[in-house]
Amino acid sequence: MSGFEGPLAARAGLLLLLGAAFVLTLSGVPALLLPRRSLSGSRWTVRLTLAGCAVGIAGAVALLAASAPAALRLPGLFLGEGQLGGDALSGFFALPVLFVGGLGAVYGRTYWDPRRHPRHGRRLQFSYGLALASLLLLLAARDGFSFLIAWETMALATYFLVVTEEARAEVRAAGWTYLLYSHAALLCLVALFALQAQLGGGFAFGAIPATAAPKALTALFALALVGFGIKAGVMPLHSWLPDAHASAPSHVSALMSGVVLKMGIYGLVRTLGLVAAPPLSWGVVLLAAGGLSAFFGVVFALAQHDLKKLLAYHSIENIGIILLGLGLAMAGRATGRADWVVLGMAGCLLHVWNHALFKSLLFFGAGSVLHATGSREIDLQGGLAKRMPATAGLFLVGAVAICALPPLNGFVSELAIFLGLARAALGPGPAWAALPAAALAATGALAVACFVKVYGIVFLGTPRSEAAAAAKEAPAPMLRPMALLAAACVAIGIAPGLFAPAVDRGIAAWAEDTGALLGWGRFLPLGRLAVVAALLILLTALISLRLAPLCRRARERQPELPTWDCGFAGASPRLQYTASSFAELITSRFGWVLAPRFRWPRIEGPFPEASSFHSEIADSVLERLLRPGVRWLVRLSERLRRYHQGSLQQYLLYVVIALVILLLVSLQPWWPVERLGGS
Amino acid sequence: MQSLLEILVAGLLLVNLVALGAGRIGSMVRAVALQGLLLGVIAIVAHGEASNRVLVLALASVVLKAWLIPAMLFRALRQVAIRREVEPLLGLLPSLVLGALTTALAVAAAGRLPFAEERLAPLLVPAALATVAAGLLLLVTRRKAITQVVGYLVLENGIFAFGLLLVEAMPFLVEAGVLLDLFVGIFVLSIIIHHINREFASLDTRRLSQLRE
Repeated sequence: MSGFEGPLAARAGLLLLLGAAFVLTLSGVPALLLPRRSLSGSRWTVRLTLAGCAVGIAGAVALLAASAPAALRLPGLFLGEGQLGGDALSGFFALPVLFVGGLGAVYGRTYWDPRRHPRHGRRLQFSYGLALASLLLLLAARDGFSFLIAWETMALATYFLVVTEEARAEVRAAGWTYLLYSHAALLCLVALFALQAQLGGGFAFGAIPATAAPKALTALFALALVGFGIKAGVMPLHSWLPDAHASAPSHVSALMSGVVLKMGIYGLVRTLGLVAAPPLSWGVVLLAAGGLSAFFGVVFALAQHDLKKLLAYHSIENIGIILLGLGLAMAGRATGRADWVVLGMAGCLLHVWNHALFKSLLFFGAGSVLHATGSREIDLQGGLAKRMPATAGLFLVGAVAICALPPLNGFVSELAIFLGLARAALGPGPAWAALPAAALAATGALAVACFVKVYGIVFLGTPRSEAAAAAKEAPAPMLRPMALLAAACVAIGIAPGLFAPAVDRGIAAWAEDTGALLGWGRFLPLGRLAVVAALLILLTALISLRLAPLCRRARERQPELPTWDCGFAGASPRLQYTASSFAELITSRFGWVLAPRFRWPRIEGPFPEASSFHSEIADSVLERLLRPGVRWLVRLSERLRRYHQGSLQQYLLYVVIALVILLLVSLQPWWPVERLGGS
Repeated sequence: MQSLLEILVAGLLLVNLVALGAGRIGSMVRAVALQGLLLGVIAIVAHGEASNRVLVLALASVVLKAWLIPAMLFRALRQVAIRREVEPLLGLLPSLVLGALTTALAVAAAGRLPFAEERLAPLLVPAALATVAAGLLLLVTRRKAITQVVGYLVLENGIFAFGLLLVEAMPFLVEAGVLLDLFVGIFVLSIIIHHINREFASLDTRRLSQLRE
C-alpha cells in the first residue's frame, strides 16, 4: 500500500468503509453455500450484513468527524494508479446507504422468507450485499476508472435485485428497461470521465481549472446531467424508474429509491464540485430540471393506482427537490453568494438523508401491505388501519414526512431550500428565482393531496377485497426496521441542530472556496425550529389524549354501524371513493401531460348489461416518445436488411468502400498538396 | 542498387495485374507465389546492409509465401477436383482496367502521404497501396474460396510491402506474428475449403449466403 495520506480519523474512516465493503461483498456467501430453504444461511447473511453496516457506519462517522480528507493510492490497479479517498461528502452519502441497507436486510429476511421463495431467495441476498458494497466503493472512488467499475457493479447488482421474480414477464420487461437505461448512463459517464481527464489532467479527480474551454465545460455538464440524471431519475430521463421500483421486492425498492438514486445525485455533486468556476447557466438548468421533476413527478404520482409505482413517482419528485437545492447552490457559486450555496446545499444534502429515511419507511410499509393482502393495487385495499395498526401508524409518519409537514424531517430540508430560493427571489437576484420556489410550493401541496389519497384509500374506509378484509399485521422483524426509520424521521424533525454539523461538514467538503464554513444554522434558526416542532408534537399529544376518552366513550355508547346512506340498502365497499376518483379533480387538470386512457362502459337501453370502467396512466415519456421512436428505428433497420444478403463478396465490398471513404477523408485530395506538406 | 529495386517494385505491380487478369486458378496461385518471392528479394535489396533480422524475415516470408502456402493451395486444388477456371463476378478485362486505375490512383495518393521515407524507393509506397487495392479487388470480385485465399495473400503482400518501410521501427516479434497469423489463417482456410467442398460439392462462396440471419 503506497501513499496513504490524511489525518488519522479520516484514514481510519476510509479503512473501515473499505472493510465494510469487503464484509458486505461476502455477506451473501453463507446464504449461497447453505441449502436453499435453510434459515440459518439467510440468518448468517443478515448478521454479516449488519456487521458490515455497523463497521461502515463507524467509518462514515469518522469521515464526517475528520478534519481533512484521506487519500489512498493503489499502484497498478485498473490501468494506472487507483485512487481511493474518503471525505465528509463520502461519509455523508455512506450513512444512509448503511442505515437503510442494514434495516432492509433485516426486513427482507422476513419479507422474502427463503422458505417461501427457495428459487431466488439466495440470489437476492447475495446481490443485495454486492449492491451495498459497490455503493460504498463508488463513494470511495477518486478516479474515473474506479468510479466506473463501482458504478457498473452497482448497476448490475441492482439489475439482479430488480429481476428477482424473473418468471414474471412484466418484471423481465422492467429489468430490460432498467438495464438499457443503466448502460445509456454508463456511456455518458465514460465520455464524461474521458473529458474530465482531459480537462483536469489525469483520471484522478482533480479540480478543473477556470481556464478550461467553455465548450468543453458545457459538454461536461451536459454529460454529467444526462448520465447521472438517468440514474437519479430526473424527469425526462426517468422512465425506467417506476416499473423497476414496482417490480422489485419491497426492501429492494426501498434500497433503490432511498439510496441507489442518490448515487446519481452524489455523482452530480462530486463532478460539479470539481469545476472551479461554474457558469450561472448550470444552476439555472439544474433548477429547471429540479422544478420539472418535482412538479410532474408528483402529478404522475397522483394519477397512479399501484401503491409502489406511486411511491416511485414520488422518488422522482424528491429527486427534483434535491436538484432544486443543488441548482441553487450552483447558482450561488457562480454568483459568489455564500448564503445560496449554504442553504441550497444544506437542503440538498439533508433531503438526501430525509428521502432515504422516509421513502424506505414508505416502501417497507407498502411491502407490509403487499405481504398482507397480496396486491399492490390501491383500489383493492381499504380499512387496513384497523387490521394493521402498527403498519398504518408508521406509514402515516412516513407520509407526513414526505409531505414536508412539520414537525418531521422533510420539513427541515425543504425549508432550507425554500429560504434559499426566497433569498434568491427577494434579494437583488433575478426574478426567475421565484419560479422554482413556486414549483416547490405546488409540489408540496400536491404531495399532501396524494398521500391523503393513499392513506385514505388504503388504510381507512372498509375493505374493498377479501384479501384486505383478512389482512394480518406484519410480523415484528418487519415492523422494527420501520419503527427505527420513523424514529430517525422524528429525530431529524425535532432536533435538526444535532445533525447540523454533519451537513456543515458535507457542504464544506463540497465548496471549500465559498466560505461555506459558516454553518447553515446561521441562516436557519434550528433551535427555534426544534421548539416549534416540540410544541407541535406536544399539542398533538394533548389533543389526542383529550380526545381519546371521548372517542372511547362514543364507541361504547353506540354499536358499530355502516355510515348512514340516506336509506340506500345496497351499500357496498365499492361505493367508496377509489384512488382514481379521489385524485380525478386534480389529475383532470393535467390530462395534457398524463394522457390517461379510459375504457368507458357503454350504457344502452333502460336495462344496460353489466359493464366495467377502466382507466390507466402510462408513462408519457416511455409510451409516447421512446416506444414509437424505437419502433421507427426498427422499421428503418428493416430497410437496411436489403443490403444484408449474406454474400461474402458484398460484405467485403462494403469494407472496401468504407476504407476508400476514410482514405479520401484523411487525404483530402480536393485540397492542394502544399496543405498536407510536411516533407 | 536503386535501379534494381525499382525494377523489382515494378515487377510487384505487374504481378498484381497478372493475378487480376489470370483466367485459371493455377496461374493466380503462381502469380502470388512470385509476388512473395519478389517481396523477399525486395526486403533484402532495400536494406542493403542486410541485418540478421531483415534476413530472417525475408527468408521466412519467401518460404511461407513462395513455397508453403502455394503448395498447400495446389494440393487443395487437386483434392477438391473442381473446374480450374476462375469464374469471376467481374470480367477479367474490367478487372484489369480497374486494377490499372487503382494503381494510377495509388501513385497519385502516395504523393499526398506524409512519408519521409523516400530514400528507399519512390515507387514502394504506391506499389504497396496498389497491391492492397488489388487484393481487395480480388476479394470482392472472385467467388471461389481458393481465389479468396489468393486475394487475402495479395492483400497481405501489400501490407508487408508497407512494413518494409518501417522494418527498423517495427519490432521483430510483430512481423513474425503477422506471418504466423497468415500461415495459420491460410491453413484454417484450406481446411474450410475442403469441408465446404464436401458439404456443397462446390467452392462457390455464394452458396454460403444461406448462412445469413
